[in-house]
Amino acid sequence: MSCCDHDHTKVDFKKMEDDIVVCRCEEITLKEIREWITRGYDTFDELKRLLRVGMGPCQGRGCRDIILREISRQTGVPVADIPSGTIRPPVKPIKCGLVGDIKGGDFE
Amino acid sequence: MSWKRTADAVVIGGGMMGMATAYYLKKLGMKSVVLLEKKTAASGATGRCAAAFRATWGGELNIILGKACIEKYEHLSEELGMDIGLYQNGYLFMAYSDAQVENFKKCIELQNSLGVPSRMLTHDEARELCPGLYTDDIKGFYWYKRDGHADPMLTNFAHQEAAKREGVVIEKFTEVTGFKKTNDAIKGVRTSKGYIDTDIVINAAGAWSGKVAAMAGLAIPVHGERHEIFATEPVDFNVCPTFLMSYDPDFYMQQRPHGSIIAGCGPHRYRPEAAPFDDYEMGDCWDFLEHMTGILTHVLPRTKGIRVVRQWSGMYDITPDMQPVIGEADELKGFWMNVSGSRGFMFGPVAGEMVAEQILFGKTKLPIEKFHWNRYARGEYLLDTAIA
Repeated sequence: MSCCDHDHTKVDFKKMEDDIVVCRCEEITLKEIREWITRGYDTFDELKRLLRVGMGPCQGRGCRDIILREISRQTGVPVADIPSGTIRPPVKPIKCGLVGDIKGGDFE
Repeated sequence: MSWKRTADAVVIGGGMMGMATAYYLKKLGMKSVVLLEKKTAASGATGRCAAAFRATWGGELNIILGKACIEKYEHLSEELGMDIGLYQNGYLFMAYSDAQVENFKKCIELQNSLGVPSRMLTHDEARELCPGLYTDDIKGFYWYKRDGHADPMLTNFAHQEAAKREGVVIEKFTEVTGFKKTNDAIKGVRTSKGYIDTDIVINAAGAWSGKVAAMAGLAIPVHGERHEIFATEPVDFNVCPTFLMSYDPDFYMQQRPHGSIIAGCGPHRYRPEAAPFDDYEMGDCWDFLEHMTGILTHVLPRTKGIRVVRQWSGMYDITPDMQPVIGEADELKGFWMNVSGSRGFMFGPVAGEMVAEQILFGKTKLPIEKFHWNRYARGEYLLDTAIA
């Protein structure tokens, strides 16, 4: 028996996909995302507030597009028509000390 | 789901105040309840707030209400069947002047008389509670252990899931555009998606509720004030293990068990020339970030190397005495207000239950009639010396 005899029809790709970590900052899997979309949380900001996807250090750079595509796949709504969520400052994480030393707040 | 043309009650607003009201109305026996939300649940002030609750107020009503809220929050995860991320280790109030220490003592006396055993802490005790705290310029501390915080978004969604299970119909992305009424009673709600016939409307639109009331011809003094806040990357949990709060300088900071530190303050210090009143755009500004990181790194010096990942703003619902506006309009039967006075997350679960009981049974366990806005016409204001 060669390796080519392996029966690919028996591999559960759906299940393999479920374990994919979509949001690496918060370790949220495709399965969790799919479950909550099914329950009606079908915009990026709703999933963000629920699962913290996009709230980590990368601020959604890794997960936003994947999640929007998944919402589109499940709801049939084109990606362009799904509210894509708010992108917030700062553009990159910045050390509190660096900004805080400029004026010192009320303790200057 | 098909559009419901009639309902026993329509709740406006999917934040904590509205979602809790809808949940309790249905749970306590109302047959059909529809909740309308312009965007999505927790997209307004609740999802943007500092996430805390407390009984440590300076006025009797707020202390009684705050105490009821703590008791409610302590059992909310079980009641709603979803974890809300409860964390209780007190608010640590910090005084930077002797006058503030005197105010703390008055607050403590009142709180103690109402069954809230708050107390002054020594500098050593405060540092034990929050080891990284810079205390050299602080004159005094007070603290009450059962104050705390929870995840405001999960709390809001937990109410939404429970409300759905009870049978509440939730319409998101649905904006109220007007009302149908007779001379003295509400008859229906017009929305961007259609019309709903109803004899009861509960306006829980927070900072937007004054505008919603105006659509029904009512002048109710609720405005919005934009406040800003930021969150850091998650770090080890012992950086800020109690909620820190000061009135002057004005700031608060807390760390969620998840690790992010959240810090904010009122707008008047960093932008005194242009307080963002009724600015519903909810933008963010660099002035705030400079100001607030300066405070954070002074109060908790070891945050200097921690990164800010995100800043945002949210709307406080401002009333003339910064207190709740709750009740049925005297001149428009069936039109109810359930507005917290900028404490929707904190008071929401209790305010929702109280208003639902009042509507269904004509009575409730706490004295909510005192929060009716007709007090303003009589020149009465509910005063509290411990409002941020």
